[in-house]
Amino acid sequence: MEFILSLVGSLILVICVLVSVAFLTLLERKVLGYIQIRKGPNKVGLMGIPQPFCDAIKLFTKEQTYPLLSNYISYYFSPIFSLFISLIAWLCIPLFIKLFSFNLGILFFLCCTSLGVYTVMIAGWSSNSNYALLGGLRAVAQTISYEVSMALILLSFVFLIGSYNILDFYYYQSYIWFLIFLFPISLVWFCICLAETNRTPFDFAEGESELVSGFNIEYSSGGFALIFMAEYASILFMSMLFSVIFLGCDLFSLMFYLKLTFISFVFIWVRGTLPRFRYDKLMYLAWKSFLPFSLNYLLFFIGFKLFIISYMWLINFSKVNSNFYFYLMFSKHMLIQAHWLVN
Amino acid sequence: MFSISIMMFILIIITSVVMALASILSKKSLTDREKCSPFECGFDPKSSSRLPFSLRFFLITIIFLIFDVEIALILPMILIISISNIFMWTITSIVFIIILIIGLYHEWNQGMLNWSN
Repeated sequence: MEFILSLVGSLILVICVLVSVAFLTLLERKVLGYIQIRKGPNKVGLMGIPQPFCDAIKLFTKEQTYPLLSNYISYYFSPIFSLFISLIAWLCIPLFIKLFSFNLGILFFLCCTSLGVYTVMIAGWSSNSNYALLGGLRAVAQTISYEVSMALILLSFVFLIGSYNILDFYYYQSYIWFLIFLFPISLVWFCICLAETNRTPFDFAEGESELVSGFNIEYSSGGFALIFMAEYASILFMSMLFSVIFLGCDLFSLMFYLKLTFISFVFIWVRGTLPRFRYDKLMYLAWKSFLPFSLNYLLFFIGFKLFIISYMWLINFSKVNSNFYFYLMFSKHMLIQAHWLVN
Repeated sequence: MFSISIMMFILIIITSVVMALASILSKKSLTDREKCSPFECGFDPKSSSRLPFSLRFFLITIIFLIFDVEIALILPMILIISISNIFMWTITSIVFIIILIIGLYHEWNQGMLNWSN
């Protein structure tokens, strides 16, 4: 029974993610329209709301090309795996009941994002076009570089909360959001999210003014639709993760989903506002700025964790013998060393 | 217990069915030589796209590999904190991270991270 319920629950989750991907594209077109002082799509149906479904029908009835020089099997299957991987990542959303509860959810997320590189690389290489190859190379180098600092920043949160369970973010943020006292690291994390999902200031994989459409240039109809859906699903997942890590993680309340929507709106807002970066600056940002930052922060968090551990030990000791507390404060170092010796 | 694997199986069936549906729905009989050639702004592609790529990307990948291996070594560090001697744990982890930081600065100093020469 549990088994069937978790399957049905995750199936509903995936379907809802796909529907929200559809409406995220509509939101993006609308917001970009209003940023450029014009109306977005507003003709189809009521205020253009069924527009994404019309887009889907149009995309799926377009002709599917068969590039003669391509490695067709890997060309055909990489969009499938791309969507598959970004939907699989959604399974580690830490809902309380009737879904999978991962003890190592953060590791699962890291594995899924690392696998996402391969689909872009294979899609770019196997379609055997110069533009696609260049886009694929750029995307791989960029995603790889930002993945290092992303993993290190996640690790510093893991040091803070002491486990790989995503649900622990909920328990540790019951009094204060991590955004408040980790504000600089949250800005870095948001930049890394933008770079990981190939969004606009860092959209070198599909910079349409240089490489016509980048790594997905040879794709039409279904393949393009799948790649598109995979990208937007990973954007939604990244904004979910942002609101889990920094904005409270109160998964059972409506506010969580409003925060998620706001972060994905910020993704679109950045797209409407900022021009594209330069590629060498992108690499310098990853290796010379974000990586030293995250390594030093990791060192800080190890020290902070040790501080918390020694503090907890002190509190426990003083509970046992409260008259002893002030004496303990004076001879703390000696006692801690004695503790180590006993260990 | 196997529900995650079964869910993954269901998901890959869903995505494959969507792709196959697109292939079936969009079947056109009209084929053309230009349609099947790689996109190159209306010309035939002049150079092969299987060219040996830039060494820069390769170097970045090598550095990434080193750092990823080190991240994989850091990963179990937090799980063993409750079963290990705190003193030894502190010394090990701090020395490890400091070696990482110094290694990064050394690479930076040697010009490994410069994108253009």
